[in-house]
Amino acid sequence: MGRYVLRRLLQLVPVFLGTTFLIYFMVWALPGDPLAGKCGDQACPPAFIEQLRAEYGLDQPLVVQYLSYLGGLLQGDFGENFRGQEVGTLIANTYSVTIKLALVALVIQAVIGLTAGVLTGLRPGGYLDNVVLTATLFLVAVPVFVTGYVLQAVLGLRLGLIPPTVPADPGFTDLIVPGYVLGSLSLAYVARLTRTSIAENSRADYVRTATAKGLTRRRVVGVHLTRNSAIPVITFLGADFGTLMGGAIVTEGIFNIRGIGGLVFESIQRLDGVVVTGVVVLLVMVYLLANLLVDVTYALLDPRIRLD
Amino acid sequence: MTDPTTATSDKPVVATGAAASPATATAPTRTRSLSADAWYDLRRRPLFIVAATLIGTLLVLAAFPQLFTSVDPTVGDLSRARQGPSAEAWFGYDQLGRDVYARTIYGTRVSIVVGVLATTVVVLVGAVVGLVAGFAGGWVDSLLARIADVFFGVPFILGAIVVLSTFRLAVGQSVIGISALVIGTIGLLSWPITMRIMRSAAIAARNQDYVKAARALGASPLRIIRRHILPNTIAPVLVYATIALGAFIGAEATLSFLGVGLRDPVVSWGVMISEAQSYLRTSPHLLLFPGAFLVVTVLAFVLLGDAVRDAFDPKGR
Repeated sequence: MGRYVLRRLLQLVPVFLGTTFLIYFMVWALPGDPLAGKCGDQACPPAFIEQLRAEYGLDQPLVVQYLSYLGGLLQGDFGENFRGQEVGTLIANTYSVTIKLALVALVIQAVIGLTAGVLTGLRPGGYLDNVVLTATLFLVAVPVFVTGYVLQAVLGLRLGLIPPTVPADPGFTDLIVPGYVLGSLSLAYVARLTRTSIAENSRADYVRTATAKGLTRRRVVGVHLTRNSAIPVITFLGADFGTLMGGAIVTEGIFNIRGIGGLVFESIQRLDGVVVTGVVVLLVMVYLLANLLVDVTYALLDPRIRLD
Repeated sequence: MTDPTTATSDKPVVATGAAASPATATAPTRTRSLSADAWYDLRRRPLFIVAATLIGTLLVLAAFPQLFTSVDPTVGDLSRARQGPSAEAWFGYDQLGRDVYARTIYGTRVSIVVGVLATTVVVLVGAVVGLVAGFAGGWVDSLLARIADVFFGVPFILGAIVVLSTFRLAVGQSVIGISALVIGTIGLLSWPITMRIMRSAAIAARNQDYVKAARALGASPLRIIRRHILPNTIAPVLVYATIALGAFIGAEATLSFLGVGLRDPVVSWGVMISEAQSYLRTSPHLLLFPGAFLVVTVLAFVLLGDAVRDAFDPKGR
């Protein structure tokens, strides 16, 4: 197990380098001059521009800039943007909100998805099964921004049940509707995955044994069947956590949540390349580590799987 | 497509003995290939028929939009800006007084073309790289898998925003340039998925006896890939492609909605929805009609993908 984790971590190194390299170069190729407008309406004096360029290392070749950025990153320093703000602080301020939003989305899809999946998996072909199958189809087909706008318009503006935008420092209850919007697509996948898993496992030998032993149906389903069927669902949810944070940008835009997506969007328009690179690098790392964690958990939950 | 069972019409000639008769009767069903089997299965599914009809209609809309509306989708008249649906304009007018019905009809073409071309790029690039990686193995496989990991790890929307912003000025204002950039971006960030599917299928096929036999007979690697591995690995990729087609149409709309994807003068559902954001409260019809077309289209492709996957999955039968 230890050797497996070590090997996977070593495999992350080239991916990490490749991703940072890719994003760094892409962002630095953005059209426009990041130092334009530094001196208001007038053009900056050439000496001042020279000084700024030297300060931010813009006069050096791109590869040198990248390596010095990488050096700072390895020491936990995300650098400083062109307006003198620490990128680490900017990310820290917005990241907690995005994590909260992703967590709410994860809980919603786990609760609703698992319940719907277990109920339909036990009686495939029934009335409820058809309802859930149709509902999941629509959840998959409706894009996130349509769901978001419709819920905001109906619940927020017409019925007045929720505030149409989320306050500056939101609690978990403020994020329920945005969380549902963010997680709606994965919700459908969780429900379908659970349904298939339950339907397959309910014919397994250990379920028949448990029933033959005289256990109540509640115990057979609740303890034996659901626990074993939840393994693929848990791995899906783990891998989805990283995806949710990367995809939160649309939901954050609709509900005016001050999260990481808005930060990236603003930074691209202001040509703050350091911020964009920092956020994307962080999200990639979270995604890769979450996947590693999922693979390790898989082996812990299912003793038939050996990591080598 | 003739039904395979009609091939037994010359039975009296062949069936001279009593024992030969059941053999000829069962042979056609047994020799049906996986794809023929899947096609036979698909034609009997109501969901497949519904999805195919919807997609057929959308393709006609995309190919001949002028058959369904005689209004120019780009002509605006500010005096009728944001009027609701009426007898003259079924879907109303947008913020510049352009006919929403005509724009929705004409938008079908761009949305479908972007979806189809992006899927083609993803399937071609992913399948070729995956085949090479899975078949070659060794360091080639490791290198290609790491490269795919780099693109796989980048969050789709964030990565797309960066790529699209970088090349935004380079493509200028032409419709083809803007569309090609969006297609390229979706392809760039999505090819690792087909690559992974293809790679695992190719690794599984590489060690099969028929491949070893072909190699022992002296077949070149190119011939083994083309004649033996490709036909046995392409099905899962094509099933994924059907579902992905719907997802890519949605992705195009999401990117256009964020203001980084397609933009004027291109007419697409995403562009329309993006323009509708500011008028959501007063004129919801600007969002409603393109949104509904988008949902129905994605739904049709997801349904088709579901049906195709079930038909190709022998376990489900």
